Amino acid sequence: MTVGGWQPARVIEAVGATPSARLLHLQVPGWPGNDAGQHVDIRLTAEDGYQAVRSYSIGSYGPGETIELAVDEIPDGEVSPYLVRDVLPGDELEVKGPLGGYFVWRPGGAAPVQLIAGGSGIVPLMAMVRAATDAGAAPSVRLLYSVRSAEDAIYRDELAQAATDGGVGLTWRYTRAAPDGWTGHVGRVDDDVLRAAVWEPGREPIFFVCGPTGFVEHVADALVGLGHPSARIRTERFGGA
Amino acid sequence: MRAEIATSTVDGNAAAGLLWDVFEADVTALIAVCGGCREGAPVAEAVVEIDDTAAIVRCRTCTHTLFTVLRHEGGVRLVIGTLHEIVRP
Repeated sequence: MTVGGWQPARVIEAVGATPSARLLHLQVPGWPGNDAGQHVDIRLTAEDGYQAVRSYSIGSYGPGETIELAVDEIPDGEVSPYLVRDVLPGDELEVKGPLGGYFVWRPGGAAPVQLIAGGSGIVPLMAMVRAATDAGAAPSVRLLYSVRSAEDAIYRDELAQAATDGGVGLTWRYTRAAPDGWTGHVGRVDDDVLRAAVWEPGREPIFFVCGPTGFVEHVADALVGLGHPSARIRTERFGGA
Repeated sequence: MRAEIATSTVDGNAAAGLLWDVFEADVTALIAVCGGCREGAPVAEAVVEIDDTAAIVRCRTCTHTLFTVLRHEGGVRLVIGTLHEIVRP
């Protein structure tokens, strides 16, 4: 269910997640709850009436009137620098949603699930990790998370803790710098990484791939090349600004 | 900053809000069949160029413009391009 039109929302918490990203908790009166993977449109209005709209994935799921966004700052962007650097608890903005019925995970499917995130593409997949964990489905869910370095990983501590607690299977891929003690390779996600980290084609997994446009295109093409049908690969791409 | 036109090339997921304003329903999971190449794919998987005033929704296979959604005097307008049919899978 989506509540039509723009609704007022109040920032109730803003916490740094990485050097360039912040977790925002918004209270949205009348929010109908959301599925894991959905997003909201955020509208900011300047004093002179100028408006800017951007889409942000929701890291939380389920009922309740509070939602969590994780916003990564796009240098020279028009909206994200405000949300990452300036917005404070008590500030108000407008939201529309929850939006999107395609890039959504709901419990109950028989097929294993493979999540693949590039950078801040982790946000909707984090909602799926949380939903799968709460539904007891974590053993059939794996996550491959590609980040520049450990410091750039939104939700790093929560994911690492969940993985050690028998939750969703987690594979890190560091593209620029690995943490101390890391014995694996450093570099972009390639065919070898995908073969090692994702469910094999015979298991007929469903994929959710989210990240920058170039990352998603590369990963989706590689998965098809490895024998996964494109119809089982759901993707969400984000740009800048 | 405001002289900058913040256009992003993303996909149909990001057009869900604009399309909601047209249909008052989520249409991103529906299959859009392109009249240019006859390939069908979920609206969510289409190539989308979006800014504060419009979303241009293009076929991922042949790049023809399926349709355009424009904010229009406080409302919203959908202009059909090469879209051939919409299918609920």
